[in-house]
Amino acid sequence: MENSTYKGVYVFAEQRNGEIQKVALELVGKARDLAADLKEKVYAILLGHNIAGQAQMLIEHGADVVICADAPELESYLTEPYTQAMCHIIDLHKPDILLIGATTTGRDLGPRVSARVATGLTADCTKLEIGEDKHLLMTRPAFGGNLMATIVCKEHRPQMSTVRPGVMQSLEADTQRQGEIIMVDVPFATQKFKVRLVKSVKEKTSKIDISEAKILISAGRGMGCCDGLNLVKELAETLDAQVSASRAVVDCGLVGHDQQVGQTGKTVRPDLYFAAGISGAIQHLAGMEESGYIVAINKDKYAPIFQVADLGIVGDARQIIKKLNDRLKN
Amino acid sequence: MNIVVCIKQVPDTTEIKINPATGTLIRDGVPSIINPDDKAGLELALRMKDLHDAHVTVITMGPPQADNALREALAMGVDDAIHLTDRKFAGADTLATSHALAGALRNLTFDLIITGRQAIDGDTAQVGPQIAEHLDIAQVSYLRKLDYDGKRTFTIERSIEDGYEILETEAPCLVTVLSDAFQARYMTVKGIMEAYAKEVKVWGFNEIEVKEEDLGLKGSPTKVHKAFSRGVKAAGELYELDTDEAVGTIISKLKEKFII
Repeated sequence: MENSTYKGVYVFAEQRNGEIQKVALELVGKARDLAADLKEKVYAILLGHNIAGQAQMLIEHGADVVICADAPELESYLTEPYTQAMCHIIDLHKPDILLIGATTTGRDLGPRVSARVATGLTADCTKLEIGEDKHLLMTRPAFGGNLMATIVCKEHRPQMSTVRPGVMQSLEADTQRQGEIIMVDVPFATQKFKVRLVKSVKEKTSKIDISEAKILISAGRGMGCCDGLNLVKELAETLDAQVSASRAVVDCGLVGHDQQVGQTGKTVRPDLYFAAGISGAIQHLAGMEESGYIVAINKDKYAPIFQVADLGIVGDARQIIKKLNDRLKN
Repeated sequence: MNIVVCIKQVPDTTEIKINPATGTLIRDGVPSIINPDDKAGLELALRMKDLHDAHVTVITMGPPQADNALREALAMGVDDAIHLTDRKFAGADTLATSHALAGALRNLTFDLIITGRQAIDGDTAQVGPQIAEHLDIAQVSYLRKLDYDGKRTFTIERSIEDGYEILETEAPCLVTVLSDAFQARYMTVKGIMEAYAKEVKVWGFNEIEVKEEDLGLKGSPTKVHKAFSRGVKAAGELYELDTDEAVGTIISKLKEKFII
């Protein structure tokens, strides 16, 4: 493979029901850094139906070029039509780098595309940078976050990587920013469409996505049961914060799974993460250690949470939170 | 109906502890288990066996000790087990792994291939879809419910961020399964006794249909450039105080950080 014919940093700009997903803007933001180092352009790939109107938003957030395939076959996400569209665009434009959000869509699409174009894919990267030899260095956690591995894909293109929502930061929208929009017609092989979408059902979830919260008060096993959780909710209300929880609390059914922080839950990085009675299993730490300021209360002074906490208090989280609630109210 | 379940033996990461002094993993004595999502896949296959009289084959790729995972699957009730093992498979990334598994699957008859969504030691969620691509069959990932009409059509609930999708497809297809969707059954005593009497087929490179250059380290587009321990973040402040002092410290820190 002649790598030098592959140029540009591409982002799969995921949309749902016509709405560009936040992770797509975050990846466009990251792609700007990488493109600056490579002296190349940022391309956003926008797939959907009646979607071209969203292209400007991607330009405002940092894309130089939006490659848009607008077709009824791409109305809702389905593996095969989206894979065909992506592979057609890869064939046509030869991206050097391709970033995809690690959502349920991206994690379905990414591996299928990588296998079809026979290149590597590195999942859930937390750091992306350009190495000395212009290759993409993709760093990801292994074993729940304590071991880190930097992965390279030197001999195949594009260099593909997925990144979880909330890991990268989007740029402020610049409404003056200009860019180019290229429309692409995908020659679909419809005989390969084998899966039909019957319907999409929304389920009730909490109103606020914890990965977007500025302040999170997070409850762990050390808060005990219902009344302990009420103390956490009270503190959250006082600080205008959201409630999240460790896996232990979610598993006993007190808090919904969409509020779980950690490897099997969500990655969060609020300005303040307040860990109440959380010991800090490595799977949990992987989901919150990038938070701005971390306060942790735990009765075991050797608890791993204290390794990432900026302020650690050894003590009974229930008593301390109770008193803290009282003091903050007066 | 023929079902093949792909499983992986993984270290039980919930048992992995960190050495607080060095920040490195303590892996000694960590038990190996069947990856949780894969175990749910076994359970789904066995329910299809109970309901639709499906024939269930389990396959794993891994070192000799992965035999234990296959024996456990046999004890749960699967009919056949295949162990893919060869030095040529070593050092594989997800793409090379999926080539080896697809090579083995080409030898088998299947209407449905089940994998776990992702393995707890790597969390990539890539091998399932990559196998489906090599075999040129449809995939549905993040499956949480499966209905079969007894002929060829599957109706599938696929979990997504804010709800689920209902999808339909025909056999053959590949699905990836979520661990909390199917609570795995226990092994029976009879099952355990029989599991060790059954034959596990051992296949290497010569037994499967795959190009050698697609396998192992050579067939892996991604390579580990470096691995490192994250190390310990610059230590914060740690206090052992009585409740009143603790509350005072927290409040003054939050004020200092302009949070309150």
